[in-house]
Amino acid sequence: MIEFRNVYKVYEPGTRALNGVSLKIEDGEFVFLVGPSGSGKSTIIKILTAELQPTSGSVFVNGFTLEKIRRSAVPYMRRTLGVIFQDFRLIDNKSVYENVAFAMRVIGASEKEIKKRVPYVLELVGLENKSRRLPHELSGGEQQRVAIARALVNNPNMIIADEPTGNLDPARSLEIMMLLEQINALGTTVMVVTHEKELVDRFTKRVIAIDEGQVISDGMDGYYAYEEE
Amino acid sequence: MKKNNIGYLLREGVRGVFLHGFMSFAAIWVTVACLLIMGTFGLVLYNLNEMIVDLEQENEVLVYIDDSYSEAEAKSVGSQINMITNVHNAEFISKEEALERFVEEQQDEDIFAGLEASTFRDRFAVSMEDNSLMKQTCEEIRRIEGVAEVTAHYEISEGFQNIQKILNIASAIIITVLFVVSMLIISNTVKLAMYDRKEEIAIMKMVGATNGFIRWPFVVEGFILGFAASVLAFFLQWGLYNFLEIQIASVDTLQLISLVPFVEVIELVAICYAVVGFVVGVFGSLLSIRKFLKV
Repeated sequence: MIEFRNVYKVYEPGTRALNGVSLKIEDGEFVFLVGPSGSGKSTIIKILTAELQPTSGSVFVNGFTLEKIRRSAVPYMRRTLGVIFQDFRLIDNKSVYENVAFAMRVIGASEKEIKKRVPYVLELVGLENKSRRLPHELSGGEQQRVAIARALVNNPNMIIADEPTGNLDPARSLEIMMLLEQINALGTTVMVVTHEKELVDRFTKRVIAIDEGQVISDGMDGYYAYEEE
Repeated sequence: MKKNNIGYLLREGVRGVFLHGFMSFAAIWVTVACLLIMGTFGLVLYNLNEMIVDLEQENEVLVYIDDSYSEAEAKSVGSQINMITNVHNAEFISKEEALERFVEEQQDEDIFAGLEASTFRDRFAVSMEDNSLMKQTCEEIRRIEGVAEVTAHYEISEGFQNIQKILNIASAIIITVLFVVSMLIISNTVKLAMYDRKEEIAIMKMVGATNGFIRWPFVVEGFILGFAASVLAFFLQWGLYNFLEIQIASVDTLQLISLVPFVEVIELVAICYAVVGFVVGVFGSLLSIRKFLKV
């Protein structure tokens, strides 16, 4: 579960990125976070992953209180999240298998656990036959699937996808969204940050719209509801 | 650090050394050069100290015994001289021995053929444990009953001490500078390696890696670089030292210089190189890691 309570974030020159954001996402939900560039979406993700501290207000992520979190506890909080980026952020000189296994090694998993879990996750994202390939030998959609597998492999409570389809064509984008929906159906909370309204409107999911650092709409009415505000 | 990770972190550290092969090669050899200069200075200093100690021991104090004392009485004064803490050794020289030594030292021995032993006094040649305390020790000897006169060359003793002080200070400065240079070189090599893997580190942080997990491969890499440099420098130092020893022994005019055999200092050199290699490698890499962990 994540919750923002009246969160403000002011950057050094006085720019207000968040202006009293309050929102709550329960376990098992699938949520779209939408809004134009500079609306505060990226700041919300950075606060969720503890890259940034809120200027004021409270943030709770899977049992951690982020404004009070100690530096040494941040890695453990991050292990409850799986983050997917627009540019995939894969390690170029590691194979698909190694890119995914790497996330398990980081948290101290044994080789036995890795050998059991990684093939399962690769099968889930449809890459079981490409485990030995290097990232540059894959298409954009496949690279994003590797990133999803890496985010999933440690069985996080929540997946945060930051513009996951930004570098993909519409057909691949739809595939990725359907994969995320499938993952959500297995019980993982999913938050997708995007500004692709066609894609959002194809799924009947909760949409939280942000603009100028504030939540301007929150409901099941799709992206257009936000545009009509 | 979890048990499961040890093998992986060590492998990653070794991989890092080969992944940045040229930089690693350069870092090792520049560190070898610094270690060799440091080691050479250290060994020169060690040898000079040994030579100074030898020379200092030759700078003996002569303690003359009262003329009225018989030889047996004069000898008994020796036990009191030896009781003084800073006295290393007091060698008795009888009047006859003093005469013999005097005559031997003269170019034309015949001139002194008729000289009698009674011209000389019984005496002790006294060597000190610590020549810097020569003045106080001579004062204590003067107070012993039966001691007529004490002659010592304080200026020679002070000269040796000054040379030692200057050598110690100069060497400490040079060794410190080279130590810092070596550490910065390793630090920069690891920094380049980290810069190269900036994206990988950011991903590691994002999936929940602890700072320790990220740090270890780079510490291992720094350790390998430092260790390799210290092993190479040790053997090069050994070869260089033996070469110098042979060269000095083969030149007649340098016969006065006697180097301490390398086998006598081999353990000291090995321990110093191992410690410096470890510190330079590990702390050099730790120096560069901090800023990359602030994600």
